[in-house]
Amino acid sequence: MTDTATRFERSDFQSDQEVRWCPGCGDYTILAAVQSFLSTLDIDRDKHVFVSGIGCSSRFPYYMATYGIHSVHGRAPAIASGLAAANPDLNVWVITGDGDALSIGGNHLIHAMRRNLNLNILLFNNQIYGLTKGQYSPTSEVGKRTKSSPMGSIDYPFNPVSLALGAEATFVARTIDMDRPHTARMLQAAFDHRGSSLIEIYQNCNVFNDKAFLQLTGREERDENRIMLEEGEPIVFGSDNSMGVVIDGAVARIVAVADVGLEAIHVHDPSNPNPAVAFALSRLSHGPLGPTPIGVFRSVDRETYGEAMQEQLIAAQTSQGPGDIDALLHSTGTWTVE
Amino acid sequence: MAEDTLIAPVEREQRDRVVIRFAGDSGDGMQLAGTQFTAASAMFGNDLATFPNFPAEIRAPQGTLPGVSSFQVHIADWDILTPGDDPDVLVAMNPAALQSNLVDLRQGGLLLINEDAFVERNLAKAGYEVSPLTDGSLEDYHVLTAKMEDLTKLAVKDTGVKGRATLRSKNFFALGLISWMFTRPLEPVIDWVEKKFGKDQPVGLANIAALKAGYNYGITTEAFHHTYEVQPAKLPAGTYANVTGNQALAWGLIAGAQAAAVPLFYGSYPITPATSILEELARRKNFGVRTFQAEDEIAAVGIAVGATFAGHLGVTGTSGPGVALKSETISLAFSTELPLIVVNVQRAGPSTGLPTKVEQSDLLFTLYGRHGEAPLPVIAVQSPSDAYEVAVEATRIATKYMTPVMLLSDGYIANSSEPWRLPDAEDLPDNPVTYATEPNGPDGTFLPYARDPETMARPWAIPGTPGLEHRIGGLEKQNLTGNVSYNPLNHELMTELREEKLQRIAADIPLVEVHGPEDADLLVVGWGSTFGAIRAGVNNVNRSDARVAHVHLRYLNPFPPNLGDVVAGFPKVLVPELNRGQLSRLLRAEYLIPALSYPKIQGVPFKASEISAKILEILDTKDHS
Repeated sequence: MTDTATRFERSDFQSDQEVRWCPGCGDYTILAAVQSFLSTLDIDRDKHVFVSGIGCSSRFPYYMATYGIHSVHGRAPAIASGLAAANPDLNVWVITGDGDALSIGGNHLIHAMRRNLNLNILLFNNQIYGLTKGQYSPTSEVGKRTKSSPMGSIDYPFNPVSLALGAEATFVARTIDMDRPHTARMLQAAFDHRGSSLIEIYQNCNVFNDKAFLQLTGREERDENRIMLEEGEPIVFGSDNSMGVVIDGAVARIVAVADVGLEAIHVHDPSNPNPAVAFALSRLSHGPLGPTPIGVFRSVDRETYGEAMQEQLIAAQTSQGPGDIDALLHSTGTWTVE
Repeated sequence: MAEDTLIAPVEREQRDRVVIRFAGDSGDGMQLAGTQFTAASAMFGNDLATFPNFPAEIRAPQGTLPGVSSFQVHIADWDILTPGDDPDVLVAMNPAALQSNLVDLRQGGLLLINEDAFVERNLAKAGYEVSPLTDGSLEDYHVLTAKMEDLTKLAVKDTGVKGRATLRSKNFFALGLISWMFTRPLEPVIDWVEKKFGKDQPVGLANIAALKAGYNYGITTEAFHHTYEVQPAKLPAGTYANVTGNQALAWGLIAGAQAAAVPLFYGSYPITPATSILEELARRKNFGVRTFQAEDEIAAVGIAVGATFAGHLGVTGTSGPGVALKSETISLAFSTELPLIVVNVQRAGPSTGLPTKVEQSDLLFTLYGRHGEAPLPVIAVQSPSDAYEVAVEATRIATKYMTPVMLLSDGYIANSSEPWRLPDAEDLPDNPVTYATEPNGPDGTFLPYARDPETMARPWAIPGTPGLEHRIGGLEKQNLTGNVSYNPLNHELMTELREEKLQRIAADIPLVEVHGPEDADLLVVGWGSTFGAIRAGVNNVNRSDARVAHVHLRYLNPFPPNLGDVVAGFPKVLVPELNRGQLSRLLRAEYLIPALSYPKIQGVPFKASEISAKILEILDTKDHS
């Protein structure tokens, strides 16, 4: 990437439409990160399609100078699945939020991941309904007081990474809107992965749910709480990497490295075919409160739906010959009247 | 000489038409027996029409009334229109089948009964206190009984099937007996069995053995001294096939997509009675057909819309409950002006309703069941073979006008069949789609909502086309640019532009043709699967001295441009429908005529005799007024 002069500037991926998110919204940084990332690729604009549902984040396609469709609430994974199955050569991006992806569209999200269509799904998780002005979402913490939960939410929230792993996703990652370099790395990894990739992006809604991710973004807190997952490296974090993660049966536990020794610390392997360890890591935090893993949880190879569909078409045409309408009409018993 | 005394001389009676109904438990294989009898009759050259009728439960409790499944076939030596009103022959495999079907058998009709099933337990399940075989209650009919189970067991004993499986072939015994009675050849059935089960496989051998045993039983037993012959029909010259409505519809989608030179992409979720379209298309991958069994109805239409955006022709097939779920995404396709075909194989509602039974009650829902101002073309299938043409027409309208098209079929058309004079693929319309490849706006810009002045269609620019990158979506679009616009006048303009497409389509569809006298006393207007019953009913009354005309609508939105003049030209208009009068309301609203509604909402098609009777009642009222 570094040694290739790219053909594009970020501005090549900016549409002429005025961006209309609230000032200070985390969506701006994600938009900039995505536009910048695409400009580093040697891929023309017309090969990208951005598909969104409904919600603040779902206005995203209007701001991209690529193909795009702003669709129906929750249905972006379905519409993107049709695009990716019809034309596996396209780079299909799904832009969705916690309400769009996990509430109204939960069914489509899990099935898109299980089928492994070649999609890059960016889930902007701000733990609130923003477009409807501040109701709790399926990732809001229990007890959260919002306009629709004046006495505190009694809804137990999803952990999106756990959900994706449970849905047989082949690529699951997490990043933070305010960390541009890490977001760029996750976008690259998701883009390189063939199949459904889900990136949960912790995104700050400064109007309705400000500082929800303070423990991971605050200058004071972040070093203690970000557990950076790096392939092939022992999972250590905190000041001087003094803390680490061990896998104990089906459970991930946080330990002081000094207590167990570095060799006891789990070495991260996102390509592990067994998703149990990735799932255990995803359970380290819920909310997120306290130390929270950031990075690629899982990245494994599995044939994509689009490729398999293409193979079946070719196999059928090879064995039966190309379709002939007259032959089709005469394919059941026929008789002739003189 | 000795043989002659053993076998009574067989009397062979010529009939111009016969209606036969096979009835039994859902597990008795009546649909199969009926289908095979139909296939043999089709090969023989009869005209025919069928009506399969079965419960929604795959296997309701054995021997009970809810578990009864039937298949009616009407064969004739002339061009018939319906599966027949009242059967001439009823095959009853158990007491429940007799109990629930006897009411339809015509007086003096032939009853063929599986005597072995008339035991106390089965009689009780069907609500008989005394066996109808012995209490004299069947004396108005010609009753023939056979111990079909015992005879089948004997027939299959050397084929390798064992235990309870030996009874499974009893439908083939019944089929063999009926085949003898109606002088049908066995070869088409034997060929089918060998293809289906493999040559020399126990199940196939058992079915063939039972089939032949039933046939030979007819020859040898003295009880049956009568056979019937229905000569081949004098149909127009051509090559014919016997297809079901769903099969023809699937083929029409394939043919229509080929005529439009666009790949076909079918997104669907299994639902009765539409599922067999998905199954049929899934077998046709060599045509480049992609089928996607989605996680739900909403995903199925979303996937189809996504495929259309990518340049395929997205089609989604379902029944009424599925259309309800798809409604929001259909509005998206309407608003983004993308081609899409939504097939609604209607069934009796509301809610789950009667999933395997016919109804036409989704007409107003199809026209108006979307939020916002979202008028869509609606076209309807009138018979199994017509499904092919209507599907081709749906692809033409969808791609030419860049619009979703609602295609209405129903459960009766879906499963029933008729001889179809096969069209020539060369006669398909030649309307290849042109995707946009060049900028169409000032300074090399692309205007996704600039329109073809004739059709009002916007350009179809697909991802992967350099220079035409654009965004579409559900928010209101600025005219021409497609950018989001909240401008009040723009919203009104866009609403009118989208609606204008319907006017352009109206100018591009055939005028309605009136069947029957132009100066008739009554016009009967129908749509969809009531075609056969209405046409037969009208013809029947016209054979006496009534003067009645018939118009059958394929286009429900827009209506053909001459429809207003046509309906205004008759003193009375009668609208028979399998709903509570939905088309009659449309005609009243659109043309301010006092259309009379004749609703039927029983989950079964109209009989031709019901239509005739209603017509005579109305004409009679007039005479005395």
